[in-house]
Parts: sequence; structure tokens; C-alpha cells
Amino acid sequence: MHNNKLQSALFAAGITLVLACLMIGVKLDTESTTLAVRGATAEQWTWIGLGVSLVFLSQLFSGQIDTLFGKLPKPNVGGLLPKGQKMTTLKPWLIAALLVGLVIWPFMVSRGSVDLATLTLIYIMLGLGLNIVVGLAGLLDLGFVAFYAVGAYTYALLSMYFGLSFWICLPLSAGFAALFGFVLGFPVLRLRGDYLAIVTLGFGEIIRILLNNWTNVTNGPSGISGIAKPSLFGLEFTRRAKEEGGQTFHEFFGIAYSSSYKIIFLYLIAVLLVCFLIYLINRLMRMPIGRAWEALREDEIACRSLGLNRTAIKLSAFTLGASTAGFAGSFFAARQGFISPESFIFIESAIILAIVVLGGMGSQIGVILAAIVMTILPELAREFSEYRMLMFGLLMVLMMRWRPEGLVPMKRPHLELKQ
Amino acid sequence: MSQLLLDVHGLTMRFGGLVAVNKVNLAVKHRQIVSIIGPNGAGKTTVFNCLSGFYIPSEGSVMFNGHEVAGLKDFQISRQGLVRTFQHVRLFSSMTVIENMLVAQHRHLNTNLLSGLFKTGNYRRLEQEAMDRAAYWLKEVDLLDFANREAGNLSYGQQRRLEIARCMVTQPELLLLDEPAAGLNPNETKELDELIVRLRDEHEISVLLIEHDMGLVMGISDHIYVIAQGTPLADGNADQIINNPDVIKAYLGEE
Repeated sequence: MHNNKLQSALFAAGITLVLACLMIGVKLDTESTTLAVRGATAEQWTWIGLGVSLVFLSQLFSGQIDTLFGKLPKPNVGGLLPKGQKMTTLKPWLIAALLVGLVIWPFMVSRGSVDLATLTLIYIMLGLGLNIVVGLAGLLDLGFVAFYAVGAYTYALLSMYFGLSFWICLPLSAGFAALFGFVLGFPVLRLRGDYLAIVTLGFGEIIRILLNNWTNVTNGPSGISGIAKPSLFGLEFTRRAKEEGGQTFHEFFGIAYSSSYKIIFLYLIAVLLVCFLIYLINRLMRMPIGRAWEALREDEIACRSLGLNRTAIKLSAFTLGASTAGFAGSFFAARQGFISPESFIFIESAIILAIVVLGGMGSQIGVILAAIVMTILPELAREFSEYRMLMFGLLMVLMMRWRPEGLVPMKRPHLELKQ
Repeated sequence: MSQLLLDVHGLTMRFGGLVAVNKVNLAVKHRQIVSIIGPNGAGKTTVFNCLSGFYIPSEGSVMFNGHEVAGLKDFQISRQGLVRTFQHVRLFSSMTVIENMLVAQHRHLNTNLLSGLFKTGNYRRLEQEAMDRAAYWLKEVDLLDFANREAGNLSYGQQRRLEIARCMVTQPELLLLDEPAAGLNPNETKELDELIVRLRDEHEISVLLIEHDMGLVMGISDHIYVIAQGTPLADGNADQIINNPDVIKAYLGEE
């Protein structure tokens, strides 16, 4: 037994050494016109040595380390909240306080923070949408970014070609993305798990490549710029009104122009949209359709035997999830003012999926928390931006090891029966 | 009510060259418990799959309540009142017991998205009725105290009972039970026995049963069909079956 451990520890250390030598130990440099291979400095070799011995020791004593960690109390988020009866009376007040805080907050912090918060809110919208498809209906969708792109391009194109305003395009984008969700839903109705994941992955790429190559409509890789920003009942947030006779926000209220009004306004719209989506999806989850989604995730055959039409249920999950992404997409286009196919690559789908899985499948609070973590952490750790993906990966591994059910696992609703 | 509830004629199911079910006839009257028995691999579950629409039969007719149902989709058949359970328990295990009961009543509820979002009167009334029906059936199978437990955390016997309750809450006329006593202890089997008889006598439905527990089958069945290697072997009441030499041969082999 012990011998076995020693062997695997040696093996792991060896692999670490080989990888470290290849990645850090030698370096290619350009010297005028030729390439030269350079060895690492003494300091780097020390680090490599330390790393290798760390791997060796941790493998050798993995059993002891596991028992040590097992003794540590696990973080208990649920325990921090007041329990049961108290919670139900407190809840409306907590939500009201949170809302007031969310509205006041942007006036007290820097532009950058507000902008970051808006981005976070976009990811929350996307996470909530994918949560319907993956978390509730259990349909693994790796191409969710396609619907996001459809929403963004719907607004950008309608605004560019027909001059339609953001507020008209918002529902249109959601509807158009829903249509795409519906269309994708048909071929994948019979698929599950891995097969479904591959088809959706392909779909995501198709949309991106289509946007990239349909140059005379979408402008191809150079993207669409100068997308109109949302206005407040016709009031624009620019320094001067675009059209003759138009009025801007600061002129109407007689205050000095400041570019941060626009940022704050966008943030407030995002808060509004997120609140709307949370309410809507929360209601859906408690409705027959929401229960049917979950039942489909649990056991498709049992669903069929009970008279549930799986076609309708799957399509509704796909359609509603996609429309949420379309919602987020049109807001993204409005905020950014510029979109190109570059914004809708596979890694975006992966991040949204990571948000849902990290947060806890099906759990709305979990998804919100995870979206915050996933967007704010990289900003806080700006210096390590090269290692961003490495840290994401590490976070995933650690989460799946110690809390596979997610940050805040979904709670089952408690239903009272009349006896 | 002389009309048969279920009238199966010449049911045949082929998988490529393999004939899994060969010209099986079944008749179930209103308020009857009918059993299908046979050695392992005889094609009993395949018959169930054909009746419930999971397979489309290669040949033959399945008349349910005077309508042809062979060829309809599985969910359409169950909506007509022909509901089945499975050999292995198939619950929505991470949902609560009561949610399991509500999902089963999906088609009795108001599934219009808007009326759900605005909680219209009709939506709330139907939802409340569904809750009441769920409570009634949970009480019948003695699971009322577990209503808010996750279904996957119930004991095996409770899961079996929940599966039957979940079928009953859809208000079926014919219940297809696929080996309901498998894995139950003698006590639980006895309770199941009483439950099935009560379904017939008090709730006036018919039950078609696949079962290997001969004590259960012989005790409660009004009529028994024997199938061996996909082909009907015999049918009759318990006494006739027990004394049928063909049946004995199929189960025990020739001397």
C-alpha cells in the first residue's frame, strides 16, 4: 500500500518536472533574425524545484491531508441566514433594502465600478436564462452564446437599418432569439446529454461564423459600431441632441452635462431588467411548466407515461431560455455601442455554463452569486490577468471537489396540504 | 357495461427478425384485476410497452374504451386513462413527494403561461384541486406525513406506493402495474395486495398486473393470462391456471 503511494507520488512529481521544464524551464527568444533557446534563471529553477517537491509531498501524504481537510468545518451559507418563520417576515424588508441599495449605490462609487456592475448584471441575465435550460430542464447547452448574439445583432441591425429605438427592439430581440431557440429545439428533441451538447456547440459556432461571413448585412468581422444608446422617454444622454429639435437629459433637467449619467442610466436599466427576469423565472419555476421542466430532467420516461408532452416541454425550455439571452444580448449591444462576432465566442458559453454550475443548478440566488464571483474576481485580480483562465480552472476543480452541488444549492419549495 | 375496457387482438411485436410478442389477445372488463404471468423474458413487459405506446406494435389492434389506441403517442394514450408503472421505480427523485403528485396532474392544470403569471382565479382553483387530489391519494397510500420529503429519500416500499399514487392521481380507468411487488418484504406485499383490491372495489378501476409473486397473483386476480416465449399459453382463473399442464411445463420444464 505504502509502496504504491510512493510510486504514484514519484510519478506525479516526474510529470510536474517535465511539464515545468517545458513551460518555464526553456524559453524561445528572437535574437535579431534567429531564434535562440534560453535556459531559465536560477530563481526560476528554485521555484520549479519547490513546485515539484510540493506535488511529491502532497501525493505522498494525500490520505493524511484529506482527513485533515475533512475535519475542517465546511462553509455553510444557509446557516448565516435566520431560519424559518423569522425569514418569511424578514424577506420583503430584505428585498426592499437590497433594491434601495442597488439604486443608490451607483451615485456613490466610481464610473468604473458602475460599468463593471452593469457587466455583472448582463451575466446574471445570461445565467438566469441558461439556468432554465441546464439547471431546470437538464438539457446541456454549450452554444447558449448563439442566442445572446442573435439578440445583440437583432438590436444592432434594426437600429442601423431602420433606426428603431432600444425600447422597441428589446422585446423584438427577445422574440427573435426565442424563435431561434424554437428552431434549434426541433432537431435536438430526441437528443440528450452528450449528443445534445455537441449539437448546441455546433449551433453556437454556426451563428458566429454566419455573422462573421455575411459581410454585406452584418459587416463581418469589423462588426457594427455606433449603435444607439437607450433613451429615457426620448431624452438622450449625449452632450448634444442628435437631431434638430431633440432634447438631451441634462438640458431637460437643467443640469450640467456629465458622461457618468449615461453609465448610471444603463446600470439602472440593467437592474430593472434583472429584477423583471428574476420575478418572471421565479414564477415560472412554481408553475406547472416549471415543475414539468424539472420532471423532464429527473426522468423523461416517467414523464411520458404520465401524459406529459415532452416535445412541448423541451421546446418551451429552449424558447424561454433563448429569449432571456436575447434580452441580455440587446442590452449588451446598447451598452457597448459596438458589437462584432468576437464578442460571441465559445468561451462566453463556457463562462455562462460555469456560472450556472458553480451557482448550483436550478438555484437563482446561486446563479446570481456565481455571476458576481465570475465577473468581479478577474477584475480584482487584474495583475494576474494572464492566469485568469488558470484560476477559473482551479476554482472549478476546487468547487466540484468540495461543493459539487454549487454555492447555494436549489431549495425545494415547501407546500402546505390541507389535512 | 358489457363492453370491454381493454380489448387486445392479435398483438405482435417484432424487433427485426425476433418476434418478442406473438399474437397475444387480452381482454379486461371494467372493475377487474387481470394478471399476466410467464417465465423471465417471456415478453410481458413488451406487451406493456405496446399497450402504453412506448412501442408501436407491428401488428394487431388495441381497443381501449372502444377506441383504437395502437399507434398513438405514449402521452396521448395515458391521457385517455391508461397509465402504467415501471419494473424499476421511476420517480422524480430530487423533487418532493407532493411535487411528484402535481407533475402527474400537469394536464389537469391551467398551463397557460399568462394565467399562471397573473394567478387568475381559474389557475388558482385548478391548482388547489390538484393539491387536494394529491393529499387524498397520499392519504390512501399512507404517505401524507412525507409530503414534503424528497421522493428519492423514501424507503423502497414507500417509493413503490408513491408510484401507484402518482398514477392514480391522473384519474385513470386502467392501471398497468409492472411487477409492483418486486423487492418488497412480505408485509409490504400484503399491503400492496390490499391496496390493489381497494383500487378495484372502492375506486372502481381495472388493473392489469405483471407479477412473479404467485401468492399475490392467485389471490387477487379475476383472470390470468400466461405467456411463454412471446406466445399466449393459457388463460383462465387461478384454479384453471394452477392445474394447467402446459403452464407447469413452461415453468418447471418437462419430467
